[in-house]
Amino acid sequence: MLNALTILLVFQLTGEVIARASGLPLPGPVIGMALLFAALLIRGGLPDSLRSTAGGLLKHLSLLFVPAGVGVVLHLQLIADQWQAISAALLVSTIVTIAVSALMMIGLDRLTGRKPAAGEPKP
Amino acid sequence: MSGEELKDIWVYLSTSPLLGLTLTLVAYQAGHYVYTRLGLFPLANPVLIAVILLVALLWMTGTPYPIYFDGAKFVHFLLGPATVALAIPLYIHFQAVKRSVVAILATVIVGSTTAMLSAIGVAWAMGATRETLLSIAPKSVTMPIAMGISEKLGGLPSLTAVLVLLTGIAGAMLATWTLNLLRIKDWRARGLATGIAAHGIGTARALQVNEVAGAFASLGMGLNALATAILLPLLASLFL
Repeated sequence: MLNALTILLVFQLTGEVIARASGLPLPGPVIGMALLFAALLIRGGLPDSLRSTAGGLLKHLSLLFVPAGVGVVLHLQLIADQWQAISAALLVSTIVTIAVSALMMIGLDRLTGRKPAAGEPKP
Repeated sequence: MSGEELKDIWVYLSTSPLLGLTLTLVAYQAGHYVYTRLGLFPLANPVLIAVILLVALLWMTGTPYPIYFDGAKFVHFLLGPATVALAIPLYIHFQAVKRSVVAILATVIVGSTTAMLSAIGVAWAMGATRETLLSIAPKSVTMPIAMGISEKLGGLPSLTAVLVLLTGIAGAMLATWTLNLLRIKDWRARGLATGIAAHGIGTARALQVNEVAGAFASLGMGLNALATAILLPLLASLFL
């Protein structure tokens, strides 16, 4: 676990350094994620310690959202002033994004003529 | 114990990180308990419940957010390593879906762009300020990455955090309904679309419904985070 945590932090730190040094508009942890993904592809396997530590961390991912979520207290006035625009944007955009993405995936599958493989649930 | 004594204890505890940290964990456990008891009902989202409990507590005790965050920041910090850890499900599922990789990548790019432009467009048409537009644009991306993107662009990361949360809950509630209305039965398309639009909360929902949908939702969430981080700065420089 310590080993895996070290790996995650080293990749995050490397990502932060690259983000600062290059001036890319990407957050450091995103660069860290991309680097780790690339490293796993190159290595061609997933160490067990990394699998279990990452699993534990991601299992409680939603807990990590709480402190920032409580930050809503800083913006109550802003939300009260613009609640119609915000709620309309969230609802419309969520439905449209789900619809467009699903239709796109189905359409591309038809285009490439891919049939569902055996063992996959029949549509 | 008198109210005065209680207040003294509260004031003393407020100066140490212990209180904010403990309250965060307790509130989340309470939220999770309610969520489980209500049969994973989407509106009873544990994060939403925890946030409501904590906001009510801060308001009742007159505690400023920075004092709470002084303790909660230890939980908040883990968002960074958790973001890096998203490479692991991405890697696991990437192996399983190699065959459809082109279709998936194209779908993620189109879905990601749709999510950003539709949110910005509707909010702009209804008179939202520039700051709100920048904060709402990455709302479909998993929270740590959305906050990072928002901060880089000049939005309000803490507002983005709330909008991301609400988007996830909306997605988890509306995905089944929208996809049934469109008569989309392919679990891969259903999962991918839910992950792109509603990140981790949508993915958790997809996992409960179908394993294939869950895997594609994880993939959609991870790839959409990357796509948005790359595309949004470009779109923002064009439109905002």
